Amino acid sequence: MTAPTTEKPTGVPAIEVSDLHKYYGDNEVLKGIDFRVDPGQVVCVIGPSGSGKSTLLRCVNRLEDPTSGRILVEGIDITDPETDLDRVRARIGMVFQQFNLFPHMTVLRNLCLAQQKVLKRSQAKAVEVARANLAKVGLADREDAYPAHLSGGQQQRVAIARALSMNPDMMLFDEPTSALDPELVGDVLAIMKELATEGMTMMVVTHEMGFAREVGDKVVFMDGGVILEEGTPQAVLGSPQHERTKSFLSKVL
Amino acid sequence: MKRSTKRRLRHLALYAVLLAVVLVLAFSLDWSSVRQTFFNSDGLKHNWHDLIVTGVKNTAIYTVIAFAVGLVLAIVLALMKLSEVLVYRWLATAYIEFFRGLPALVTIFGMAFGFPIATGWRPPGGALGAGLIGLVLVAGAYMAETIRAGIQAVPKGQTEAARSLGMSSGRTMAFIVLPQAFRIIVPPLTNEMVLLIKDTSLLAFVGATVGSRELTNVARDMMTSGPSAGTATSLTMAAVLYLVITLPLTRLVAWLEKKQRRAR
Repeated sequence: MTAPTTEKPTGVPAIEVSDLHKYYGDNEVLKGIDFRVDPGQVVCVIGPSGSGKSTLLRCVNRLEDPTSGRILVEGIDITDPETDLDRVRARIGMVFQQFNLFPHMTVLRNLCLAQQKVLKRSQAKAVEVARANLAKVGLADREDAYPAHLSGGQQQRVAIARALSMNPDMMLFDEPTSALDPELVGDVLAIMKELATEGMTMMVVTHEMGFAREVGDKVVFMDGGVILEEGTPQAVLGSPQHERTKSFLSKVL
Repeated sequence: MKRSTKRRLRHLALYAVLLAVVLVLAFSLDWSSVRQTFFNSDGLKHNWHDLIVTGVKNTAIYTVIAFAVGLVLAIVLALMKLSEVLVYRWLATAYIEFFRGLPALVTIFGMAFGFPIATGWRPPGGALGAGLIGLVLVAGAYMAETIRAGIQAVPKGQTEAARSLGMSSGRTMAFIVLPQAFRIIVPPLTNEMVLLIKDTSLLAFVGATVGSRELTNVARDMMTSGPSAGTATSLTMAAVLYLVITLPLTRLVAWLEKKQRRAR
């Protein structure tokens, strides 16, 4: 087993996926994906629903088991059965479409639980980190609330703060604004933009083309389980080469 | 004929049938005999003390033991049934199907009389203790299915969120899934408890010392000895005591279920 290093590796890609295939039964949803995110990069994955973009993202922290192929996270092969997945996952923050806050715990406890159980932080330290991150997402005054008493936008901001409280090396976002009322999307995107500015490594599956254009260092277009096109936002969104990309963008822009 | 007239006639016929049944019962029954059998006045005066102090107390104790130990067993069985290991799943399924398929009394007899003879095992508490273990085995099987359903009712996203934070599958189960599952299954578990209260009466079939008899057993004693011997008055009284315990619980279940539906 490769021992995970604590300092950020230099020169090693944050995420490196090669020849990734994923089947659900007979249905091949990922058909040989090669994909890379460098440290500090913000990569936005776009494409129609059913294109496999969420599956790709979920393979990166092994919420889905790939059928074949290799996935390296900071140089560690997470498809290797010898790899301690929990240790790798603790360094990858994940934000879900449906927020997935723990409904039986207060906001503060949502943020502290994994810090204490996984990172073995003291309660005092965990609370300190949690409060700092709640302040960052603008919800310092809601630490005693239960998730059911928060709006969708607030819940998603808490979910981001929960992931950040683990001091992850990178963040995965799985359509973070798709379940939100339109007027609540802006707050969440603003926080993600701030994170990007601070240099966080981010992989974002999204339908927010404005965000991809403004914040993304790279945009990847997927359809039918393959990556059809990738490049700078200007290139992919501004002058797409592939017919499918053009027709997709003409529908969403 | 008009439709409303038809309906009125139909209602009239239904009431007529009811009236006929009541009248037949009223005239064919010997009411003083009924009163003597079920409502003997000496019994109603003197039986309460033993029925409550011995009977209800022991029924409560056996219910709590069977429920608590059965619950632990049920959690283990439910986790086995959801295990990744095929053999565990298979064992749990076999256990659950076996004990749910048998009458509880057969299991209780088997534990109280068969098992000790076959193995030389001396059960704590004698035949009664062994019978109680039989009740635990049955309760565990029923509650295991309830708990499994509760665990599976917790959204998958909860597990995914916990695992993505680096929590192990055991911690995820203990801190995230089980606490939420238990909220879901409090009403059905309370229902299991009501069934269990009634099933403790099966222990009346295995020998018990006077002080350790549960409610049904105490009432049965009173049918052959004491102030209302030769009558079924003690059964009436036991029935009232059972209802005093079970009816509030079933109302509680209905209230909890309504509350949960509203919370969704």
